[in-house]
Amino acid sequence: MYGNDFGPKIDDTEPDDPVLLETFDRTIAAGERIEPRDAMPSGYRKTLIRQIAQHAHSEIIGMQPEGNWITRAPSLRRKAILMAKVQDEAGHGLYLYAAAETLGASREEVLDLLHAGKQKYSSIFNYPTVTWADMGAIGWLVDGAAIVNQVPICRCSYGPYARAMVRICKEESFHQRQGFEILNTLSHGTPAQRAMAQDAIDRWWWPSLMMFGPPDDQSPNSAQSMAWGIKRFSNDELRQRFVDMIVPQAAVLELTLPDPELRWNADSEHWDFGPIEWDEFFRVLKGDGPCNEQRIAHRRRAHADGAWVREAALAYADKTAIRTAAVA
Amino acid sequence: MAGAPNGGSASDDQDRLQVHAEGGHGAVPTAGVPIHEPGGPARDWPLWEVFVRARRGLSHSHVGSLHAPDATMALRNARDVYTRRQEGVSLWVVPAGMITASSPDEKDQFFDPAADKIYRHPTFYDVPAGVDHL
Repeated sequence: MYGNDFGPKIDDTEPDDPVLLETFDRTIAAGERIEPRDAMPSGYRKTLIRQIAQHAHSEIIGMQPEGNWITRAPSLRRKAILMAKVQDEAGHGLYLYAAAETLGASREEVLDLLHAGKQKYSSIFNYPTVTWADMGAIGWLVDGAAIVNQVPICRCSYGPYARAMVRICKEESFHQRQGFEILNTLSHGTPAQRAMAQDAIDRWWWPSLMMFGPPDDQSPNSAQSMAWGIKRFSNDELRQRFVDMIVPQAAVLELTLPDPELRWNADSEHWDFGPIEWDEFFRVLKGDGPCNEQRIAHRRRAHADGAWVREAALAYADKTAIRTAAVA
Repeated sequence: MAGAPNGGSASDDQDRLQVHAEGGHGAVPTAGVPIHEPGGPARDWPLWEVFVRARRGLSHSHVGSLHAPDATMALRNARDVYTRRQEGVSLWVVPAGMITASSPDEKDQFFDPAADKIYRHPTFYDVPAGVDHL
């Protein structure tokens, strides 16, 4: 998928060669894909490394809120499904780290940056999962928003990233359906189950809308990313697409989206929605969310606890290689 | 660094963080995010390229890559990562460093010889009307 056909060692200080960049511009203009060893502007490379690495971090940190419910899933069926989903998230992280590596960022290096708090992950995962219904809300709303965000990246100008996204999007569609199924079962169950489903929607709706990022007029990087073919649609366009997709589904669930201003606009043929609390978003992103410390501490601990396994496997591989060489 | 481990630096507090909905799982900061760690990382497991035969009758195709300490582990990991949904009936793993690749830089010279031999294609030849199955 990635074709780790690595280029020369990257020197960030080297100025971009205008002749080589002509080929880059021509390729982008023709709507063709950039591949790992092609010449590319250093800004393009840096933007992609940052984006793909933080996307990968989001996938693996995203395992935590759901991993929280594996031991308490209400049935064996639900438990098996949830485990498969969490395993998928690990796989998504791996596809993306591999894509970042084609740009010259090593996996160890970007993980170190995550653990040091220098690179981030999506702030949505700093909210706690307090009831079983949250598994439904994450699948339906959070993965639903992720799909809306990710589908256009399948056509991203950078080949390895686009190929990773094709694979991820195929797998995400199961995630969203399983979330919807959980909520549909709860919302048509006992009054207590129904209330639990509604409570989860009430907590996850607004953070899901924030996943698309600030309004277009406050999103200064978007224009460059769009010119490079990394981003295809603006934050507000994608957010609107998500709302239009979710509202009819909420009707089937017979649950209420917690926005009194939500109404159909016959002129625009879209659903209008109320203002988003951006202060909360920035607060969570800066580190004041309910679970920021817990998430990163758990990730650091898991990485440290696994260090001996990584070292032992390398030592065993080294020993085997020496023995094989001696026999040959 | 002050504040929570996943928090921003003190200077972030002056103005709002620059964020962008890049990546799939939602908005993340885009300003002041380093992409390389000074000093470099510890030794990682070697990189392997993974090839899958989707079903009998097809050749193996490249599907992705992964890190593993040796070939046995690379195969096991490739099974878990790339064939979770019955995507294949056979797997190859190849150390990435063992692959020799043509470089885009030499693309013109390297692939040029094919460009002036259009007579290699059947469409080069004129076929009179009425001649079928040729």
